[in-house]
Amino acid sequence: MGVRTWIEGWPAYRQMTTNDPLGRGTAVKSDGSRALAPRTVSADRVVKSVCPFCAVGCGQNIYVGDERVTQIEGDPDSPVSRGRLCPKGSASTQLVTSPSRVQTVRYRRPGGSEWEDLELGTAMDMIADRVIETRRRTWQDTDENGVVLRRTLGFASLGGATLDNEENYLMKKLYTALGAVEIENQARI
Amino acid sequence: MAECHPVGFQWVMEAKKRGATIIHVDPRFTRTSAVADVHVPLRAGSDIAFLGGLIRHVLDNDLWFRDYVIAYTNAPMILREDFRDTEDLDGLFSGFHEDTRHYDPSSWQYEGADVAAAAGQRDQWSTMTADEQIGSRGEKARRASDTDRGEQAGSGGSPFHGTPERDDTLQHPRCVFQVLKRHFARYTPDKVADICGISEAQFLQVADALTSNSGRERTSAFVYAVGWTHHTVGVQYIRSAAILQLLLGNIGRPGGGIMALRGHASIQGSTDIPTLFNILPGYLPMPHAHEHLDLESYISADAGTKGYWGNMDAYAISLLKSWWGDAATAETGYCFDYLPRLTSGHSNYDTVLKQVEGGSEGYFVVGENPAVGTANAKMNRMGLANLKWLVVRDLQMIESATFWQNSPEIESGELRTRDIGTEVFFLPAAAHTEKDGSFTNTQRMLQWHHKAVDPAGDQRSELWFYYHLGRIIRDKLAGSTDPRDRPLLDLTWDYPTTTSPGRPDIAEPDAEAVLAEINGTGPDGPLSSYTELKADGSTRCGCWIYCGAYADGTNQPARRKPGSEQSWVAPEWGWAWPANRRILYNRASADPDGKPWSDRKAYVWWDSEHERWTGHDVPDFQPTKSPTYRPAADAQREDAIGGNEAFIMQADGRAWLHVPAGLTDGPLPAHYEPAESPVPNMLYGQQANPARQVYPHRLNRLSPSGREPGAEIFPYVFTTYRLTEHHTAGGMSRWLPYLSELQPEFFCEVSPALAAERALTHLGWATIITPRGVIEARVLVTERMRPIRVGGRTLHQIGLPYHWGANGLSTGDSANELLPITLDPNVHIQPTKAASCDIRPGRRPTGAARNALVAEYQRRAGITDETGTTAVTGHPGDSRSNGKAGS
Repeated sequence: MGVRTWIEGWPAYRQMTTNDPLGRGTAVKSDGSRALAPRTVSADRVVKSVCPFCAVGCGQNIYVGDERVTQIEGDPDSPVSRGRLCPKGSASTQLVTSPSRVQTVRYRRPGGSEWEDLELGTAMDMIADRVIETRRRTWQDTDENGVVLRRTLGFASLGGATLDNEENYLMKKLYTALGAVEIENQARI
Repeated sequence: MAECHPVGFQWVMEAKKRGATIIHVDPRFTRTSAVADVHVPLRAGSDIAFLGGLIRHVLDNDLWFRDYVIAYTNAPMILREDFRDTEDLDGLFSGFHEDTRHYDPSSWQYEGADVAAAAGQRDQWSTMTADEQIGSRGEKARRASDTDRGEQAGSGGSPFHGTPERDDTLQHPRCVFQVLKRHFARYTPDKVADICGISEAQFLQVADALTSNSGRERTSAFVYAVGWTHHTVGVQYIRSAAILQLLLGNIGRPGGGIMALRGHASIQGSTDIPTLFNILPGYLPMPHAHEHLDLESYISADAGTKGYWGNMDAYAISLLKSWWGDAATAETGYCFDYLPRLTSGHSNYDTVLKQVEGGSEGYFVVGENPAVGTANAKMNRMGLANLKWLVVRDLQMIESATFWQNSPEIESGELRTRDIGTEVFFLPAAAHTEKDGSFTNTQRMLQWHHKAVDPAGDQRSELWFYYHLGRIIRDKLAGSTDPRDRPLLDLTWDYPTTTSPGRPDIAEPDAEAVLAEINGTGPDGPLSSYTELKADGSTRCGCWIYCGAYADGTNQPARRKPGSEQSWVAPEWGWAWPANRRILYNRASADPDGKPWSDRKAYVWWDSEHERWTGHDVPDFQPTKSPTYRPAADAQREDAIGGNEAFIMQADGRAWLHVPAGLTDGPLPAHYEPAESPVPNMLYGQQANPARQVYPHRLNRLSPSGREPGAEIFPYVFTTYRLTEHHTAGGMSRWLPYLSELQPEFFCEVSPALAAERALTHLGWATIITPRGVIEARVLVTERMRPIRVGGRTLHQIGLPYHWGANGLSTGDSANELLPITLDPNVHIQPTKAASCDIRPGRRPTGAARNALVAEYQRRAGITDETGTTAVTGHPGDSRSNGKAGS
């Protein structure tokens, strides 16, 4: 290593001799940091999305590498948000990649003190049976005066404000066909 | 707004940079106040007094926009002689029935006409008994032939008839304008200052800023969130703003409006395509149970003969065709009988109370967390613990799934895990990055999000869950001959599914196919506008206001032309309902002749050369209807809207200052104190909204208010709110390391004065008590909270963010333990923004002592199940019976 190279290896020297006097840019790069690249650069693809928190509807770019979400950034194209995200929106990567997200069905039997495992298909079948049975047991054809009701008040539903329109549509359609009317949403809360 | 909708707030800052005055009205000093020109720290729950004062200021000083008001509002309409105002009845309107706590709205109507509401209680007439309807529709009955009368009384009949009488000089003593003037006369600046805890000077500063920035050349906008809706008078808060903005000519114009900042990615969408009990997609009412109810009477009870709601038959029949396909024919009444019927008491809190009493078997909780996220959290948990089965679908293991393990009731010994019979299914959900679909943002704009990756393990979308649940149930019931199963078996439920290479095991329904069904189809394929919908069964449409979202078979919400490459209205980004309009009622941005009110505020206008409406946005008007068009006497639906009538959904073509139909608690806003308030009402003898819904129950007790004995036991007002760094009940934020580090635990905000009064120390603990529960919080002593002077005394307010629960990385007590269930009667929403409490230093008791402390407070305040539930507290006098006689 020559003297010149040695001197130029000092960040302080580079600060003084290049246009980075505060040492916050190129002057303080090392071989290690020079080799770094943002996750967004190495992504296999970028998928257009929308922030799932509040209703402003900021645009999100989802960066995917190796079939995993590697980063979520604001979408500069959005006329709503112009690339910005708030603290929650900026934490979206953690929201979707959280290691504590539950991955398997959990089942608690009546009176049980622990969670148990359950196959998803079995759970779906059991839930369908519960709906059918409760509906059968609590069905109201008419009121005491013979006025048509055609409904069940035996089960209720709460949810939907972070769900897609298409999901809410299937919910309302199915529940209504089942005769269930106690269908409610965060919009009421 | 800077706290809870930070990215939307950038536009407020852009406006400020261009010279706009930013006024922040909020009990708390927040990041918004920090950058606003004016911060008005008014008392929580006093906004109607504040807005009422502004309305009076505008009327008394002749600052209203005369040409706009006369042309576009119902200011000239003349009200019936038997209408009585709060001025006459010490805070009540005519028509109140104390025994049933509800109003008969018939005396609120126009002279010479009954009008249907375009929003709100659209089924108001048909929910009455037949006898009531005969009375309330007396005038119609008088005009109708004998043969018509019985049918109309039975069905509700046509909701608009006759021509309202009006006086365009606004001098008639019973015209809306004069009624308004009298109604708000007592909202004087000194009264407002005393009620709101602000100075007269500050009130006048706001009044001057607002009025000097409104008119032909300038517009002002109002922006609100649940700080306005979470009250027992929430709807009337918004009404107050609507009256003010209409008087100033700030509706339907660029830079104007009243913007709801909604708090969830698709909460607007879940109202449009409702998972709500009382409406069907596109704000069609769910049918109520009546004798002989059929499709025709359902529609005639509700559709106006004038305006676009006159096409309700086309909207409703297209929906029924969409759901029941070929089974829905004219002969089968389009399967209208497949719809279940409402009676009363189906809202969320009615369900909770029913669960507590053991009257409910099953519950689906989908992306919600009622165990900590809903008012009177304990009651919610007691309900969950009393079910047969519960399905929870969420990303994380939230408190609503684990209440049987670690709820406060387990800790106190009130409940034992082994005694809780609820069978719980926890099904992990897919995130927004793992599915296709659309969100509708707070400005009615649909935006498509594309799937980026496969979900892991058993994680699934709601689309998957509900499609397959429906499929399995239909399979199990296939072959049933029971008539109750026909709606299920005839349901159109054959959505195409796809699999991905990474997850060949997941048959995911095609979200775009569902969007196509929502959009609707006609004989020629996808429809492009709701104006194409027919009542003859030839069109299908799952949500009429979304018709056009899949125009030309193209996914319009997925449009993403960069904002920098299009106009400032950005019509090619996403798709806004209806018809991709970005500002509703934008016909009002032009004068009655179709010319912009000013060049500066031009938005849409009549192009007389090409004989059509044009401008920066899609005109909210028939494109070729000239401003000079006047409807024939027998014209119907949109044809009955004159070329100079801007409010095309309304049965009279006008925006309503006075609401003749559609509200359950009065045709005009009046200041009532919150259901729980240490302050007496300084305007009327009537303390609280007389029509508020109350739920007397041992788990839902209320504190005494005003001058009632015991009110002094709960001397402070608390208000709940969100932090920038957390989301709702925490299910999407308390498990995230970044956000949990930024806001690690529950705290309360108190002023230095209150800290001194109650020996609270910064970073120490405080215990906060209401008649529902007791919680503990870290103390933040801050001058952001300040004592105010109200009615000659000092009042302290306490701020409580409400995001916490026992699970996740950031934990704490839930503020919802403190909140009562008592509701706005229009929309059945709870008051979270102002209630009374006590605060003391130190941590709360644990175990059985926790409930004992609440019981002790109840005893000291003399509280019973009935406390705080009285409907009428004023002295309406003899005139009240006049109101009743008018019904």
